[in-house]
Amino acid sequence: MNALTTSAAGLRRAARNHIRTPRLETPFHERLAALSEVNDWYSWAGYKAPHSLFDGELEYFAIRSTAALFDISPMVKYRITGPDAERYLNRLTLRDVRKLAVGRVQYTAWCDDHGHVLDDGTLFRLGEADFRLCCQERHLPWLLDSAFGFSVDIREETEEIAGLALQGPTSYAVLRDAGFAGVEALKPFAVVSFQHEGGEVTISRTGFTGDLGYELFVPRAKALSLWDRLWSAGELHAIRAIGYGALNQARIEAGFIVANTDFVTAEGALRADRERMPDEIGLDWLVDPDKPNFNGRKAILDARRNQTLKYILVGLEIEGNIPAEHAIVYHRKKHEAGIVTAGIWSPTTKRNIAIASLERPYGSKFTEDLWVEIYAMRELQYQKLMKRAKIVPRPFVKLARRTATPPGLK
Amino acid sequence: MTSFDAIVIGAGHNGLAAATRLAKGGRKVLVLEAANAPGGATRGREFAPGFRSAGLAHLVNRLDADVARDIGLDLAGGALLPTTVLDGSGKAVTLHGAYGESIDGVSADEAAAFAALRKKLVFQAGILKRFLRRPPPQIGAISLGDLSTLAGAGLGLLRKGRGEGRDFLRMLLMNVADVADEYLADDRLKGLLAFDATLGIHLGPRSPTSLLGLYYRLTGEAAGKTGGQVVPAGGMASIAPAFVRAAEKAGVTIRCSAPVGRILADRGRASGVVMRDGTEITAPVVVSAIHPQTTFLHLVDPAESGTGFVRSVKNVRSHGNVAKLDLALDRVPDFAGPEARNGRIVLVCSMEQVETAFNPAKYGEFSPDPVMEITLPSLADPSLAPSGGCTLSALVQYAPYRLKAGWEAGKPAFLKIVLDTLERHAPGISRSIVAADLMTPVDIEAEYNLPGGHWHHGELQADQLLVNRPTGAASGYATPIEGLYLASAGAHPGGGISGLPGWNAARHILSGGKP
Repeated sequence: MNALTTSAAGLRRAARNHIRTPRLETPFHERLAALSEVNDWYSWAGYKAPHSLFDGELEYFAIRSTAALFDISPMVKYRITGPDAERYLNRLTLRDVRKLAVGRVQYTAWCDDHGHVLDDGTLFRLGEADFRLCCQERHLPWLLDSAFGFSVDIREETEEIAGLALQGPTSYAVLRDAGFAGVEALKPFAVVSFQHEGGEVTISRTGFTGDLGYELFVPRAKALSLWDRLWSAGELHAIRAIGYGALNQARIEAGFIVANTDFVTAEGALRADRERMPDEIGLDWLVDPDKPNFNGRKAILDARRNQTLKYILVGLEIEGNIPAEHAIVYHRKKHEAGIVTAGIWSPTTKRNIAIASLERPYGSKFTEDLWVEIYAMRELQYQKLMKRAKIVPRPFVKLARRTATPPGLK
Repeated sequence: MTSFDAIVIGAGHNGLAAATRLAKGGRKVLVLEAANAPGGATRGREFAPGFRSAGLAHLVNRLDADVARDIGLDLAGGALLPTTVLDGSGKAVTLHGAYGESIDGVSADEAAAFAALRKKLVFQAGILKRFLRRPPPQIGAISLGDLSTLAGAGLGLLRKGRGEGRDFLRMLLMNVADVADEYLADDRLKGLLAFDATLGIHLGPRSPTSLLGLYYRLTGEAAGKTGGQVVPAGGMASIAPAFVRAAEKAGVTIRCSAPVGRILADRGRASGVVMRDGTEITAPVVVSAIHPQTTFLHLVDPAESGTGFVRSVKNVRSHGNVAKLDLALDRVPDFAGPEARNGRIVLVCSMEQVETAFNPAKYGEFSPDPVMEITLPSLADPSLAPSGGCTLSALVQYAPYRLKAGWEAGKPAFLKIVLDTLERHAPGISRSIVAADLMTPVDIEAEYNLPGGHWHHGELQADQLLVNRPTGAASGYATPIEGLYLASAGAHPGGGISGLPGWNAARHILSGGKP
């Protein structure tokens, strides 16, 4: 075998090396693995992510009582730059991006031509013509096709940028002691950059918990040193690494929805009636009919005018203490009205709460006399529980410390 | 400053048909044309000193009689013209009347077989014809009219018995080669059908669905006859002026050398146009009688369209595959005697030749042995050539828009092949050539503002017809942008000089059809 074929074979082998790691590890994996006592992993967008690291309940209370560190690196991230970036994103997303100042973050969503939600996410304005879009699902073809006629550059940076969520009442104290001076000035949905070991870390006052909290993005190479910096500063503030189970409880309490959990994204839906308009998943407030044209505008406004919206997303409070996840919702105990997409016993409110998708007029016109049928498994037998449900406003948990500026230390 | 109820972009025959219908419906209409004269693809031009071409089209075979009557088209029809098929053997086949009502040059059996096939195809095309004069049914909003058209088509099918209905469904998406093989034996006739089915379409006769091209031809009428072809009295150059006269008589204002820079739209509502010189003209209705891709990819700000819509418009296949040759000759060439020269001459020897000619086009190369149809326009309109001279017009395929070698290098080579082919069929013609002007799809694109140099404004294939012409969300003349309508060959029912896309669009607008 001559040198040329050897190297060609080598190249071919190298090109398929990805099959050796069918489950990717995030930049923080080394730290997470060392902390993992229960070895409870799941797949988040192809990445190995902890469902729990030591004890789900204690992890939850880290969010609500001290500081919780959660690896959000698998979140899909796009960098959108160029002279038309603002105009491009304004056409892509539902909210008015012209109103998003540099150094601010917008929670937003985007739709296809039929007004069906493709995903929701957060849009960071890092510069006049420099944005980062974070979301659950991948959208590169859609983003690139949307760029026709715009002078923009779109780059996926999911792998090269690591992300951490630092959430909880002592999260500010951790950042302060880690030396991020000035972070106390950050208001909710503000973002600033800091130097870290010769790299840049962006810190935004955002999160998925409804608590005081921050999200940090850093180049992959600086990921572990950032973790260590937070970890050592956090020791006295009872910082804990947490898994998704704890975060999920906090996000339900905060009333946040998750793509492909509380609604099916339009590009992922296999069945035509599974797609949802913003108004059908509680995102009507994002839609800005006064801004320039955006994807789905006509369909959404037509649906509103013609009253053809079919679903509605509601918060439920359910009697008893059995979580109602995926329970069917009934009207007058007999007419099917919808399904619970997420439900937990809320440790903070001490209530049985749920997010549910109802088929209008249930939830819009008929808001009383709702019931959920919970199948509680009792040693290989279902016990069917018909429990009264009441529509209540979201968020279920509203904490003053989430928005207080400057933030508290504990 | 005068204000207008409607602005029509493009003074091609469809734009003028739309404008005239709108004006007759009481609208005040302004037509804006980028070129210095109206007519679009029927706009004539001098291609050599003293010699003029009447434009891209050299025959009329589908100008809709209702459209002509309705807009008051003052165009005297000529007599039906024959088609002569030459395979180089010296033995011509001639189709007389409307698409070979009678036929010379083949055996009696073959003539009978052709008559049977012709009858079947004309009947089947008649079913499809019902859909040409109305907007395609809008999926999700099927109207009573749509149902009656569908029911009419169904009854029309059953009228001749279940067997005919079944045969229609069997043949609809077949290729022309298999159908011709079922009926015919004569290579020249099969070659003609293959040529007619594929002219202007990126298909070979053996490509699936290629029969649709032949159906499309047979949905057309000339001189009241299905499948007929004529040159109007005064020649093809009289068509554009006739459309202009009709429009002006109806009160339409036509501005030439008036290129539109962009279509004004805000939050899904069109409100007028901005000329390339910056002038703004507003109107509640904007009718785009130019290529749908130009309309939505260049004139309308893409931000005003949805991503999915822009994607589908970009995906419209619109790469021309036909070259147009204009020859200036110092005498009348002799192809096959005096009768043939007044009609259409098709140089094809067999179906295989057409299929083989198509093969390189798939890979970005022109045909080394092309097939073509020829007319001698100056015979009907002596003003096109100096006295004693003659013009020859040929549509030659296949000549793909995206030539791998580039047309700069390819054009002289292809021209030589085309001229050699002509010389074989009309010995001596080379010596009589005063000038030759070959327009490749790239040239056609530049000369007529036709993206891809495709005179149908998009392939006429199954996936780009009816509810998908040019694309689902804009298939009913209305578009996702309120107040903006499509009216060119890129809209239903498609290309050729029919006037139907423009006329249908105008009628849809006047009926108050909601987008």
